[in-house]
Amino acid sequence: MADNAETSAVPDKPIQVKLVLLGEAAVGKSSIVLRFVSNEFQANKEPTIGAAFLTQKCRLEDRVLRYEIWDTAGQERFHSLAPMYYRNAQAAVVVYDVTKATSLEKAKSWVKELQRQANPNIVIALAGNKVDLVTASSAAGASGAAASNGDDDEDEADDATATPGEDAGEAENPEGLRQVPKDEAQAYATEAGLLFFETSAKTGEGIVEIFTEIAKKIPIDHILNGRGGASRSAAAGAAAADAVNLQNNAPKGKSPCSC
Amino acid sequence: MDEEYDVIVLGTGLTECILSGLLSREGKKVLHMDRNDYYGGESASLNLTQLYRKFRQGKEPPAELGRDRDYNIDLVPKFIIASGELTKILVHTDVTRYMEFKQIAGSFVFRDGKISKVPSTEMEAVKSPLMGLFEKRRAKNFFSFLQNWKDEDSTTHQGIDLDKDSMKTVYEKFGLESGTQDFIGHAMALYLDDDYITKPARPAYERILLYSKSMARYGKSPYIYPLYGLGELPQSFARLSAIYGGTYMLDKPIHEIVTDDNGKFVGVRSGDETVKAKQVIGDPSYFGAGEEGGKVRVVEEGKVVRAICVLKHPIPGTEDADSCQIVIPQKQVNRKNDIYIAAVSSTHNVAAKDVWIAIVSTIVETSVPERELAPGLQLLGTIHDKFVSISSLYTPTADGKSDNIFVTRSYDATSHFETVVDDVQDVWQRVTGKPFSELELKKADMDNVQE
Ligand SMILES: Nc1nc2c(ncn2[C@@H]2O[C@H](COP(=O)(O)OP(=O)(O)OP(=O)(O)O)[C@@H](O)[C@H]2O)c(=O)[nH]1
Ligand SMILES: [Mg+2]
Repeated sequence: MADNAETSAVPDKPIQVKLVLLGEAAVGKSSIVLRFVSNEFQANKEPTIGAAFLTQKCRLEDRVLRYEIWDTAGQERFHSLAPMYYRNAQAAVVVYDVTKATSLEKAKSWVKELQRQANPNIVIALAGNKVDLVTASSAAGASGAAASNGDDDEDEADDATATPGEDAGEAENPEGLRQVPKDEAQAYATEAGLLFFETSAKTGEGIVEIFTEIAKKIPIDHILNGRGGASRSAAAGAAAADAVNLQNNAPKGKSPCSC
Repeated sequence: MDEEYDVIVLGTGLTECILSGLLSREGKKVLHMDRNDYYGGESASLNLTQLYRKFRQGKEPPAELGRDRDYNIDLVPKFIIASGELTKILVHTDVTRYMEFKQIAGSFVFRDGKISKVPSTEMEAVKSPLMGLFEKRRAKNFFSFLQNWKDEDSTTHQGIDLDKDSMKTVYEKFGLESGTQDFIGHAMALYLDDDYITKPARPAYERILLYSKSMARYGKSPYIYPLYGLGELPQSFARLSAIYGGTYMLDKPIHEIVTDDNGKFVGVRSGDETVKAKQVIGDPSYFGAGEEGGKVRVVEEGKVVRAICVLKHPIPGTEDADSCQIVIPQKQVNRKNDIYIAAVSSTHNVAAKDVWIAIVSTIVETSVPERELAPGLQLLGTIHDKFVSISSLYTPTADGKSDNIFVTRSYDATSHFETVVDDVQDVWQRVTGKPFSELELKKADMDNVQE
């Protein structure tokens, strides 16, 4: 119980938020994290080995959040993602690829799963990624013209392999590549109560916005009163006293986090 | 699936997931499959829908029990000993980062018809209602003897040789009553039967010390438990494996363990695909246990009966504990094996608010197993609902060295994970040819470098 008093007495301490990424293979989940955490993009992103999750601070006017960002580690590939992955998550970014209609269907099924099984207060954002492939400026890059946005030429060159459907003819009419109309996705998101963005991990468009809008929507008081889904009642405060921290080998209360 | 793997792991129980995680971490290319569409195999935690699917085919869970997502009901009741071997592996691999743990609120033992807290230090022994005045003094001397024992200082030995003298000799030296021996041997050293009494005292001494040390670590009991149930453990080790490149396939029926003319492992067949690997590790259900076909590579050692009980109140006499363990030593109820009760509740995110899940279990001794649980069931008060299962305990018939087929053991009747870790260490040694202790050392080094 001493824990709780300590937490609320120090408002500047970042609020820890577990955020999970979900979505079909190759829609750009890892690339979105990489853009947000390191402001980088890799045209042929290899799965990261050994990282449990990445962390990144996010400042708003009145609060600092520390995102603990979980990526799927490829477990979703054969429909084998463990429920513990999204257990207790306070936020989720469900990603689809605007050039692939089936990826939106998969995204919808993840949203359903989260709404059925995850923490009832979870904030969910829907991200339609790879929007650079369907907008004029980056299509110019893809068809061989000099890169205009300062990104490496390398990135541009590899795009054809990253997105098999793309060819020179379509690149001249980038909107032709689009398989998911923006207003259709927006309408679904509104109906399901999700935040919605079209993003590009490649150009950075919309990426920071996802995380700041989520930060605004997170029910902070709820998190401070015990972790997310765990706190359902007044009992949660008392129960927190029985929490144990194996890492620090410290009996009871947590050490003041240095972050 | 024409890739070739170093190791194929079958079944996502805790034993298999720890091995898979550690092997991937060592750079092995691992393919991990399970016939079920959920993680955990025999050591899974189920929501209500899954529980009903398993025990009450065709029936829907009653609405009054609340939301499906609030339930994570363990199939095998076990707690983690705070200073035990599983905790060490959790910390060394950083898997603790995926989970949150809570203390189990109390550890109780049944003596002379009622339950009391298990005293674990001389101080507590003095206060315990379990013993009369003179017995308390004797118990105090016994505990202080154990706590002060130093191998290198013979003045602390009081004429006892832990490696030669039996536990019987030690009990007799301090003049402990049989009922006191019961709670020490069964509720602290956690022996399931009385075979240990005639054996050298050292292992019992170490177990009692582990209990006291674990008790001292967090205060209320020597046990900890993961939020959302034990099923989080295999899932967390599976994530460790995936992060290090392990490939996961659930909902994948396994039709055949393919071997060559010499009986050596070649691969695993599912439908008409065969995936090849150098070695295979799996739980007994993939190697002939139960009714599935194929070559049988396991034998049944015994059976455990378990009753999952849904309660709408804490267990009477436990000071309204949100969770507890109760040990009923065999002699107290004229049995050969102890009866265990493990109770958890909404505090651990395993049930809806105001619901307790108590699992009563024991090793089967008669032809009417459910009746053997009666002394445990009687302690629970009104039982709202009950799901009874009888499971066979299987052990492998071969060590896998000649055929590269390594079979793990079933989850036994003990109340903790120490024997699971024994199995992990044993299989690890056989699969990699290296002792598990070397792995621990190497991990500690790596962690130091990173920080
Ligand atoms: N043009 C373009 N390509 C992208 C974008 N985001 C990701 N990619 C590319 O798409 C491919 C897949 O990206 P990843 O980030 O690995 O996708 P993922 O969802 O993490 O994939 P898995 O981990 O396999 O499920 C890579 O080749 C990326 O370079 C984007 O916004 N625009
Ligand atoms: Mg990825």
